[in-house]
Amino acid sequence: MSETIILMENVNKWYGQFHVLRDINLDVAAGERIVICGPSGSGKSTLIRCINALESHQEGKIIVDGTELTDNLKKIEQVRKNVGMVFQHFNLFPHLTVLENLTLGPVWVLKQSQQQARDNAMQYLERVRIPDQADKFPGQLSGGQQQRVAIARSLCMNPKVLLFDEPTSALDPEMVKEVLDVMVNLAEESGVTMLCVTHEMGFARKVADRVVFMDQGSIVEQNTPDAFFDHPQHERTRHFLDQILH
Amino acid sequence: MNITNRDSGVVAALPPPRGKSGVIGWLRERLFSSPLNILITMLMVWLLLMGLPPLVEWALLKANFTAGNAQECRAGPGGACWAFIREKYRLILFGTYPYDEQWRPLLATLVLLAVIVCSAMRRFRDMRLFVIWAVGLALVACLMWGGFAGLSYVENTRWGGLPLTLILSTFGIAFAFPVGVVLALGRRSDMPVIKALCVVYIEIIRGVPLISLLFMSSVMLPLFLPEGMSFDKLLRAQIAIIMFASAYVAETVRGGLQAIPRGQIEGAQSIGLNYWQTMRKIVLPQALRIVIPPLVSIFIALFKDTSLVVVIGIYDLTLSAKASLSDPVWRGFSIEAYLFISLIYFLFCFAMSRYSKRLEAQLDTGYTR
Repeated sequence: MSETIILMENVNKWYGQFHVLRDINLDVAAGERIVICGPSGSGKSTLIRCINALESHQEGKIIVDGTELTDNLKKIEQVRKNVGMVFQHFNLFPHLTVLENLTLGPVWVLKQSQQQARDNAMQYLERVRIPDQADKFPGQLSGGQQQRVAIARSLCMNPKVLLFDEPTSALDPEMVKEVLDVMVNLAEESGVTMLCVTHEMGFARKVADRVVFMDQGSIVEQNTPDAFFDHPQHERTRHFLDQILH
Repeated sequence: MNITNRDSGVVAALPPPRGKSGVIGWLRERLFSSPLNILITMLMVWLLLMGLPPLVEWALLKANFTAGNAQECRAGPGGACWAFIREKYRLILFGTYPYDEQWRPLLATLVLLAVIVCSAMRRFRDMRLFVIWAVGLALVACLMWGGFAGLSYVENTRWGGLPLTLILSTFGIAFAFPVGVVLALGRRSDMPVIKALCVVYIEIIRGVPLISLLFMSSVMLPLFLPEGMSFDKLLRAQIAIIMFASAYVAETVRGGLQAIPRGQIEGAQSIGLNYWQTMRKIVLPQALRIVIPPLVSIFIALFKDTSLVVVIGIYDLTLSAKASLSDPVWRGFSIEAYLFISLIYFLFCFAMSRYSKRLEAQLDTGYTR
């Protein structure tokens, strides 16, 4: 069994008075692919945002690749070098070209040379199948292309963990497939650990090692995809699956 | 109901109908599109016909360009007396700088303008710009102060007119801008002490007029300094101007910072950029581009506000114009004098606003409407 790369122990988080994450315990092994699903408001996005410290937690321990996440800025920056994130609304930098978006991190954080970063970036652009868009600005691309650029941007940092926060929720159906194909390809060919919050259950079945179901801030159930979809154990899970797998 | 399916496929592109495009279309749409608009258009044309010919008559046709003194000028057909400007332009432009040495402030002005124009051009956007500024400023300082290589020393209390206005504005803008940006970032920071300091500075400076800052810098500061130590008066005025403008720049930039979606910062954090890298490469370029219009307004206002140094006795362009009117031989041509300096102010301010439009166009990367 490969080593644990993300460990969350008794994590609790509040937004003011609202208890958004309740006693979360999660163990992710290196190279594992996890899909997190659940109704809206269940805390799925908050959970993965805690992993790269975009949100802070008030109680409990989160350890990512051996570094514990606390208020210590240095440690947070160290973790963020190894954890990439793909957002629902892409968060590309509109004033930079696609190539500049991709080379910014490697040049400024990983201290690579411009040429090295460019070659690396072009390689990943080919991997996500849009090498001809390198000199365009994000505003000139379609949604699906923008999301693929966002995935390439995270990959350029050679992360050990990739977090996906509803990557296809803002895309129209034709583009959802092109992004999912890239993600499936990524899952099959690279050894990067993937945590994906999504409603795409087909993707979960195809690629996930484990499906985690959350409701009202707690992890209700987690299992392999087959067991999860065919034999859900909790009433809440069954209800949720009925809703979305009509 | 019978819903016929016409199944026409994709329709081919056609040219627009005549009369709705081109010059006729423009006129129709902009000036004559409704009864109210037709009325307003006719009103405007009437106002122009009433106002423009007398103005042209006064300023050009009946004007006197060559008179020798005030009586000669007034004896003419009653137009503008531009001979007054011919007589006095050196006093207005260069103030009380020694008459024979006025080629020096002229040259200094040209050098400063050249440096500014170079800064505005894209091709110089690299390390050469620092060299250009350093050399340019050194040249300006040498020319204005003198005191070596055969140039006589002219202390800065005798500087005046256009070079002085330009120097005060250029340094005012050049320093107020970075100070303002730092203040804006400080005001938005999470660190309570820094935030409090920035808020206090901004609110106090914004709460007082520039005149009172100039007055305080000139009159009150010497009281607080130890015996014998004194600050150059021009430097004090310059610092007051910088402090004043930086507060306004700070609030404008803060508005721009607020307009940047949080997702941009999160995107930057997700690829490991630290605070200063995020600000420098992601947030500030976008925020500053958004606030170019109000920033340019602040700078244009600053250029004109330099005329307030009158209250501490520094001879900028406006005071020089006033001084030119006190000659007993040439009395009563205040309109010509103020029109002349208004034209100069207008030229510079208009150049600034045209440049800002160009800058916005250059920075538009296809994501604005």
